[in-house]
Amino acid sequence: MAELAINDRGLSRQVTAWDRLKVDRNWLSFWFMLPAAAFLILFLAYPLGLGVWLSFTDARLGRDGIFVGLENYEFLWDDSTFWLSVFNTLLYTTVASTIKFAIGLYLALLLNENLPFKAIIRAVVLIPFIVPTVLSAIAFWWLFDPQFSIISWSLKKMHLISSNIDFLGDVWNARWSVIFANIWRGVPFVAITLLAGLQTVSPSLYEAATIDGATNWQRFRYITYPLLTPIIAVVMTFSVLFTFTDFQLIWVMTRGGPVNATHLMATFSYQRAIMSGYLGEGAAISTAMIPFLLAAILVSWFGLQRRKWQQGESND
Amino acid sequence: MTDALAGKAADPRAVLTGSAPLADESEGMSYLQSLPRRLVTLYLPLSIILFVLLFPFYWMALTSIKPDNQLLDLDTYSPFWTWNPTLKHIYKLLFETDYPIWLWNTMLVAVCATALSIIASVLAAYAIVRLRYRGAQWVGGAIFLAYLVPPSILFIPLSTVVFQYGLFDTPFALILTYPTILIPFSTWLLMGYFKTIPFELEECALIDGASRWQILIRIVLPLSVPGLISAFIFCFTLCWNEFIYALTFISSVHYKTVPVAIVTALVDGDIYRWGSLMAGAMIGSLPLVILYAFFVEHYVSAMTGAVKE
Repeated sequence: MAELAINDRGLSRQVTAWDRLKVDRNWLSFWFMLPAAAFLILFLAYPLGLGVWLSFTDARLGRDGIFVGLENYEFLWDDSTFWLSVFNTLLYTTVASTIKFAIGLYLALLLNENLPFKAIIRAVVLIPFIVPTVLSAIAFWWLFDPQFSIISWSLKKMHLISSNIDFLGDVWNARWSVIFANIWRGVPFVAITLLAGLQTVSPSLYEAATIDGATNWQRFRYITYPLLTPIIAVVMTFSVLFTFTDFQLIWVMTRGGPVNATHLMATFSYQRAIMSGYLGEGAAISTAMIPFLLAAILVSWFGLQRRKWQQGESND
Repeated sequence: MTDALAGKAADPRAVLTGSAPLADESEGMSYLQSLPRRLVTLYLPLSIILFVLLFPFYWMALTSIKPDNQLLDLDTYSPFWTWNPTLKHIYKLLFETDYPIWLWNTMLVAVCATALSIIASVLAAYAIVRLRYRGAQWVGGAIFLAYLVPPSILFIPLSTVVFQYGLFDTPFALILTYPTILIPFSTWLLMGYFKTIPFELEECALIDGASRWQILIRIVLPLSVPGLISAFIFCFTLCWNEFIYALTFISSVHYKTVPVAIVTALVDGDIYRWGSLMAGAMIGSLPLVILYAFFVEHYVSAMTGAVKE
């Protein structure tokens, strides 16, 4: 009796293997997962392997390459521009991420207070993050123009400087300018995410601490910060990842900068691979990014995880 | 007093927007701070940060409507305001360049890629969360890890793959490669939403003889409309924000998207027509800002809900 199925007209028939297959979990899962798996395997997993393979060949734009082993990497090891781009990337990532974290956390704490028009202010704060990066980069390009910059004009009017600042033409000015643009764009994301985390902290903890005589700083250091650590870990992992692999901001503002001073590894690999045509070398530069990336992610993730003592167990 | 405050704490949004009814005279612990102190430690830094965050947009909008002689001559006219605002730059942008074509390209690519990604993510998220086949957790983790692979590592081999499939320099190159950026995040997001739908509803439907497909279409999807809206908006924003794939895979001006075209095609030689450039940047930001203005809550919940897992 258990083997009979009732079909549409109420007549019973044998349960076939096809019937059982139609409700089999694994069969259904295969078909449900197929679209996502197809996209991710065809356009993500396969190119990732292909990229590593390409870095071991001498492929050029327009012709296939032959296997040359570690030749590309040896060439890069001796290339000073490559090491300059590594230095730039590390400088850019560490400085921008640290400042984004500091200002983002401060802004989140400010927004957590009892403010008028809180919802509107919170919505307005996110605008730099949703506007496409390229378009705000163009606005910064105009703001940092050597002749018509409003910043130079204002500083001159206040008699703080005497001639226009060359924002994007001088080596260190260009570096600070792109770091500033990156911070400007990244602070809203960090702030709003941390704000969401702050709102999960129960106010009764703050009250108990205030009754016991804690100052603002002590409340922050012993209540807010420990409870925020998991969210900080996630946010900073994303932030470090996207800052390290940033392409758009640099490309639009400086194309790699005055004498390669703002070349990140991503923009340098684009220049080598697509503009100069050396696909193998470009792939090698991209593959060289992976160890740094893994290290940065691991540091962010494990360094900022919740410790056992925060959940009431003893320290380990 | 703690009871009243505990009652207010149960509804944090009301507390923070100040609309909760007060059981006594105090508002939490803000009575501890006097107004002048709040002015210095709260309102002043907040205003400075807001000013820095919003000034570039004001400057962008102002430059779009400033006539040329005021743009380049900073001494006779104050640059912070404009007299005789002109629509000439916007007119030139819309009618004398290919800007409308680029806008259309970007919209088309964004909508198609988002639609494809949402369909794939809904199916994948449902399979991982409800069908729970063997190894589902690992696949879910792998999909999330796929989000951590940045486009600036993949663009070189992807360009050869796109060329091999004959998709180079067509919109399909972008429509088929953007989902690799969109699917991981939206799957993750939708997994979170599907988990909040009680399994009992599906059990009842299963007992009544519904197939999994029917359950998905008729029960799960209608209940997760907020999640779908959030995923759609976030994916749409990511598509507009994408630059490196569009720069690498598209070479003819006719198929370019707005971010790439503004940087490569709108600048001829050494003459930067700043008015039109800024107008282009402003009009390019408008669709996203309008979408955002209507769906702020969904966007924020997408960002923070995914992060809080």
